[in-house]
Amino acid sequence: MSVVVRTVTRVILPVALAFGAYVIMHGHLTPGGGFQGGAVTASIVALLVVVYGGARLKGAKGWFAVLEDVGALAFVLLAFLGIGATFFRNVLAGSGGLFGAPVPQLGPNPGALDTAGTLPLMNWAVGLKVIAGLGSVVLLLSLFGREDG
Amino acid sequence: MTALHVLTLSLVVIGAALAIWFRDLLASVIALAGASLLLSLEFYLLQAPDVAIAEAGIGAALTAAIYILAIRKTRPKEEE
Repeated sequence: MSVVVRTVTRVILPVALAFGAYVIMHGHLTPGGGFQGGAVTASIVALLVVVYGGARLKGAKGWFAVLEDVGALAFVLLAFLGIGATFFRNVLAGSGGLFGAPVPQLGPNPGALDTAGTLPLMNWAVGLKVIAGLGSVVLLLSLFGREDG
Repeated sequence: MTALHVLTLSLVVIGAALAIWFRDLLASVIALAGASLLLSLEFYLLQAPDVAIAEAGIGAALTAAIYILAIRKTRPKEEE
């Protein structure tokens, strides 16, 4: 692609990555979540494939496979953490620490990021799986077929 | 508010019709991506920002990229 397209890609890449991470991380407070943030981040992978060509990103194929497995396994393991009571029980909520802070007050408030227990971790697991899944779809499609693409 | 809904949905229909009408496949894909983007605006106006983010990410960006890659890898039947 032309030098203009490559420069614009370099400029918007960190912004778009930060937005995808924001949507995943605030999934329990604001609209969005693991799937939406993962789709936003996977569209960056599509942008990179279109701009730089799939051949230069061939090495990412193995990493995508690993990331997808890690996401799926982390989701199921986090769900199994609460198997003492029920599957998917939120064992970290209200337990103190980084993810289990008490919910501050009732009524309208901006929300507190560290109160949701296992939900942010599950959002990250889903997000990793969606990034890897959709990213490898685009990457493999660019690698198949005629070689001049 | 109703006028905005009517305007957005009319533009979605026009974009979809253009996607069918264009003979050039690349222009057709870009019209389809524009229709998807306007559809995500309509989701936002209907107060479903969750769906709007997913539609903008999947509909406008990812499917357009997949179609463009597929067009680049194939050639139209008339040229063979």
